[in-house]
Amino acid sequence: MSIDHIIGVASTALNAQITRMNATASNLANAGTVAGSAEEAFRAKRPVFKALMNEEMTNAAAQYVGGVKVDRVIDDATPPRRVADPKNPMADADGFVYQSNVSEVGEMVEMMAAARSYQNNVEVINTARQLMMRTLEVTKT
Amino acid sequence: MKLLDNTFGIHAQSLQVKSRRLELLAKNIANADTPNFKAKDVDFKAVLSATRAQDSQIASTQAGHFTQADPLTPDGEKFRVPFSTSFDGNTVEIGVEQAQYGKAASDYQATLSFLENRIGGLRKALRGD
Repeated sequence: MSIDHIIGVASTALNAQITRMNATASNLANAGTVAGSAEEAFRAKRPVFKALMNEEMTNAAAQYVGGVKVDRVIDDATPPRRVADPKNPMADADGFVYQSNVSEVGEMVEMMAAARSYQNNVEVINTARQLMMRTLEVTKT
Repeated sequence: MKLLDNTFGIHAQSLQVKSRRLELLAKNIANADTPNFKAKDVDFKAVLSATRAQDSQIASTQAGHFTQADPLTPDGEKFRVPFSTSFDGNTVEIGVEQAQYGKAASDYQATLSFLENRIGGLRKALRGD
């Protein structure tokens, strides 16, 4: 029956969007962190989505096939900002600290996009649920 | 059940195709942010006529006879041609998918109403009041 597959597929999307939202929250929380070297500086995390094309990939039930999962989380490649701040205890020998490469505005946009996608999938589930109930009522006429 | 099949007519098959289309559109919406995902849709007319054709298939009485190839595989799905391209190779246009999903949902309800009417008629005939 495909209607309950709809709910399965949409729920995988809800999961993926929540992961994206979590990554955004973590990025925003770390937007102000500084480090003593470019390697240690915090880098913005980005989840990469992947479609679940067959049953093996879902390692669950067939109802999730066609859904989406978080394939991996990558670091943003933008180099961290190098700022002169000799008084900072984290500063290196030359008096520089390395700020995280999180762009606050970008993260806010990302958060809104994730929230919208989440809402879309909630609507999909709602509609599917209504159709299911309506189908059950066919025999009652 | 020949009686039931005749009563429901095209609507029983139509309901199946429509629920499959809803599922496919839900998959598109779920993958709206997946890189390189290609949106798909069901060619409703083609699938329905193929489903109808299965009922009136030519019987193969000997091993050498050709049977009609199943034109449904794989499920009559076709890739959607996007209005504009995106950087990540994703062809899901969320507005289009939302509109199609809404339309598919009301199509499904329309078929349900037709079925309801048929069942109502049958019930009336059986009850005789």
